[in-house]
Amino acid sequence: MNKWFSSILFVLVASLSLQSHGIVNGHEYQFEEQGKAEIFRELANELRCPKCQNQNLADSNAMIADDLRRELYQQVQEGKGSQEIVDFMVNRYGEFVLYRPKVNAMTYVLWYGPAALCVIAAFVFAMVMRQRKRKVADDSVSNQVTRELDSKVESEDEGFSETEKARLQSLLSEDTDSKEGK
Amino acid sequence: MNRWTLFIPFVVFVLLGLLLWRGLYLNPTYVPSALLDKPFPAFNLPTLKTGENKTEMTLQTGKVHLVNVWGTWCISCRVEHPFLVELAGKGVAIIGINYKDENSAALKWLDDLGDPYLFSVDDEEGTLSMDLGVTGAPETFIVDAQGIVRYKHQGPITKANWPELKAVIDGLESASGEG
Repeated sequence: MNKWFSSILFVLVASLSLQSHGIVNGHEYQFEEQGKAEIFRELANELRCPKCQNQNLADSNAMIADDLRRELYQQVQEGKGSQEIVDFMVNRYGEFVLYRPKVNAMTYVLWYGPAALCVIAAFVFAMVMRQRKRKVADDSVSNQVTRELDSKVESEDEGFSETEKARLQSLLSEDTDSKEGK
Repeated sequence: MNRWTLFIPFVVFVLLGLLLWRGLYLNPTYVPSALLDKPFPAFNLPTLKTGENKTEMTLQTGKVHLVNVWGTWCISCRVEHPFLVELAGKGVAIIGINYKDENSAALKWLDDLGDPYLFSVDDEEGTLSMDLGVTGAPETFIVDAQGIVRYKHQGPITKANWPELKAVIDGLESASGEG
């Protein structure tokens, strides 16, 4: 068990030590700095190959992806920031290359649509629930009975007369019938 | 509750259906050019035939140009080539960008198949093509009299799709004629 654990640990450590060079699509891109390797890996994963339908730069074999990877490598080596590199790509290939589109008038629906739908759904749900509750309250005769009872108890202590008891009984049974009917 | 509100889900369904239906007929490989209505990117590259350096200024001569990205390694370019020769014969100004190609192969191609280009610049490194946002050859840009990119066409130009480009060119020419 302990052996097993240590071998897993070894694999983890070994894969972590690979981090200083980005290995992307079988090619190894060497970086002296850990930070640069991270930028490279992040952008290669987040930029979409302009020729491909759904592959990022890291994943694609297309000639253009290869060129762009080289360009990306070069720019990262020159010490350019991610935003600068992303702008470079967008200026040439358009927003198509962004897997994480910019927030602007064209993408508001994309970014905020799901949240807006959730809010609308919650609103509709609340409305339906409220309406249903009110309907139940309106329908039930027991409310009326309780109200009558309350007023009785408040006004007089001696309880119900025979006729009142009979009426109460009939009202209560009517209520149970209607509930069972539903 | 107004009974008409019961139809809201149905209406939403129909609208969503229309949206998705339209989506079925969109071309997912079409990438609109980021350069549209922007100046043609700066370049300074030698031509294939004479080695003389040309810059983006050659596109600002008061004439509408086609800029065609091609390479001898590109099969669709070969399909397109005879039609470009035909267009050049009709007086369409075409400038070539020889994209990541061997010089000797490119020169042989032009000798064998005819040269429809006013000149072809040698973009061996693909730098100009990258600045143009080219994703593969052939690609053709329509550049107006002031050197502004006005249209991008991906894939070969054929008799079938030429009218589309022709309409753009005619529109630009009449606009610059008036101006």
